[in-house]
Amino acid sequence: MTDLKLVLNDEKINAKQLKKVERAFKILSTFVLYLFIIFMAIIVIIPFYWMLATSLKTMGEIRASHQTFFPKALQWKNYAEALGPDSSFQFWTYLRNTLIVGFFSTVGTLFTTIFAAFAFARLNFKGKNVLFTFFLATMMIPGEMLVITNYITVSRFGWVGSDIMGAYLAMIVPFWVSVFYIYLLRQNFKQIPNELYYAAKVDGKSDWQYLWKVMVPIAMPILISIFILKLMGSWNSYVWPNLVANKEEWRLISNGLRGAFQDTSSGMIQYNLQMAGTVVVTVPLLLLFIFFRKYIMRGVSRAGLKG
Amino acid sequence: METKNNWKAWLYLAPTLILMIIFTIYPLINTIIISFLKHYDYTKNTFAGTSFTFENYLLLFGKAGLASFQSNEIFSYDTTFVTYALVNTLIIVFVTVPASIFLSLLIAVGLNSIKWFRRTFQTIFFMPYVTNAIAIGMVFAVMFQKDFGLINLLFGINKNWIGFGASRWSAMFVLCVYIIWHALPYKILIFLSGLQGIDKQYYQAAKIDATSKVKTFRRITIPLLSPQIAYVFITSFIGAFKEYSSVVALLNNPGPNGSLDNSLLTIVYYIYNSMDNIGEMSMAAAAAVVLLIIILFFTFIQLYVSNKKVHY
Repeated sequence: MTDLKLVLNDEKINAKQLKKVERAFKILSTFVLYLFIIFMAIIVIIPFYWMLATSLKTMGEIRASHQTFFPKALQWKNYAEALGPDSSFQFWTYLRNTLIVGFFSTVGTLFTTIFAAFAFARLNFKGKNVLFTFFLATMMIPGEMLVITNYITVSRFGWVGSDIMGAYLAMIVPFWVSVFYIYLLRQNFKQIPNELYYAAKVDGKSDWQYLWKVMVPIAMPILISIFILKLMGSWNSYVWPNLVANKEEWRLISNGLRGAFQDTSSGMIQYNLQMAGTVVVTVPLLLLFIFFRKYIMRGVSRAGLKG
Repeated sequence: METKNNWKAWLYLAPTLILMIIFTIYPLINTIIISFLKHYDYTKNTFAGTSFTFENYLLLFGKAGLASFQSNEIFSYDTTFVTYALVNTLIIVFVTVPASIFLSLLIAVGLNSIKWFRRTFQTIFFMPYVTNAIAIGMVFAVMFQKDFGLINLLFGINKNWIGFGASRWSAMFVLCVYIIWHALPYKILIFLSGLQGIDKQYYQAAKIDATSKVKTFRRITIPLLSPQIAYVFITSFIGAFKEYSSVVALLNNPGPNGSLDNSLLTIVYYIYNSMDNIGEMSMAAAAAVVLLIIILFFTFIQLYVSNKKVHY
């Protein structure tokens, strides 16, 4: 009997010790986990910080052999100079072009997307599934394949190298269709119960009215996601505008930024002004992200789900 | 009621179909045709020779003697594609895709298991996604500058990473670091939303059975996350094969030594250089067709593998 008691006691102590070890292990692993996450977060943040810091330094401080992590005196005038009329970075011109191109390509895309998604989600026609599969298959074609002929096409339309209207059209019209967004919106439309459609039919509503009065309002969150992502796409687009907008005053923001602040004869780069320019290009995106985080995350993460 | 919609549906689809025929279907066919024509000149719609030829492809893969292309100062056509564009692209693909998937999986699992500041960290890790690739690439170029760059300062060295005279491999290293950095947020987001979709009951069951953390990760997390992993693998493979703007952002040229240095040329860079700087649409088209074939090949392999391994 005493023996048994002893054993029980022993186990109790063991269990207590084990719990202690377990807790210590848990604290340690949490600590290591946070250390890893903080370390990775710092790596993610450093380029942003360095961009900001460099943009507020003088050229002398940037080139000094003794580098500073924080600018000695904040040079806000770098921004005035980078955005000023004498700068090689014509920010306001690029901004205007980017907003015009972004707005019209986004609105056009929304229209084609809404119509096509409606047809695929709600209407019935011969070859619907075949056509939809075919649409999805086109997503596998690399854009570079299409760029070559599209460049020829828009040149034949007289949109390349003619005037600013031509440059705008060349940057807008070829991007009015996005199969991915059609897919995204179709999935969303399909979740709307059929009963609503039949009820609307009983009420004598046409398909057109049903689409705009019922489906579009219900799908508004995903439409906002598409709007923002598409706008961000224009802000970031580089390759195609570089080909078709071949005059300084037709350029979009990314194209203008890459070539600016570089002395063409000496190849010297004014790093502080260049970084001020990159801050100006980056901040609107970050603001958009902060205010529309929900919509952006929804649009992006939806892509990863199986439909 | 449903069959009546037939012609109306086509009306709704009309804008999309017309645009797709002009800007997707026709280009796909036309580019393939151009790739079989020698010296295609789009302004006059003419080409050298009388009919289809394989010479563009042979030239791409180094059979120079067959064609009358002169090497100009930007490309020597017989070697550039294979030694630079193809090799560099394959390096980028096989270095950055596994590395960024591994890292983002670690971060996503880490983020999923912490309690404090989770949302803050989530926001931080998503930041590179909403930035302009050109702008941040330029910041990386400044950070890896030889004389006053942050990286050399931190490590107390004086290495010429990407400046004039830098070697191909050091520039390639910086390029890969940048691509991985920029590729992380999207993958983290996809993995995180996948992780949050996993039923907590699996983990509770594992806890009751006193399953070790490593085993839980391998037997529960990975299999249940496999749809997301497969999706990310396929999309990032395709994306890495099309790498171009990261090189432009970092160097503004295809190599560290100016516009004539092709040491960091990628397949897509080759395509754009051929068509824009040289006006050689035929070579650009041939390279684009090669890219299409490579991408389709890898996509089908991965779809095949994931059909066998992915647990839905």
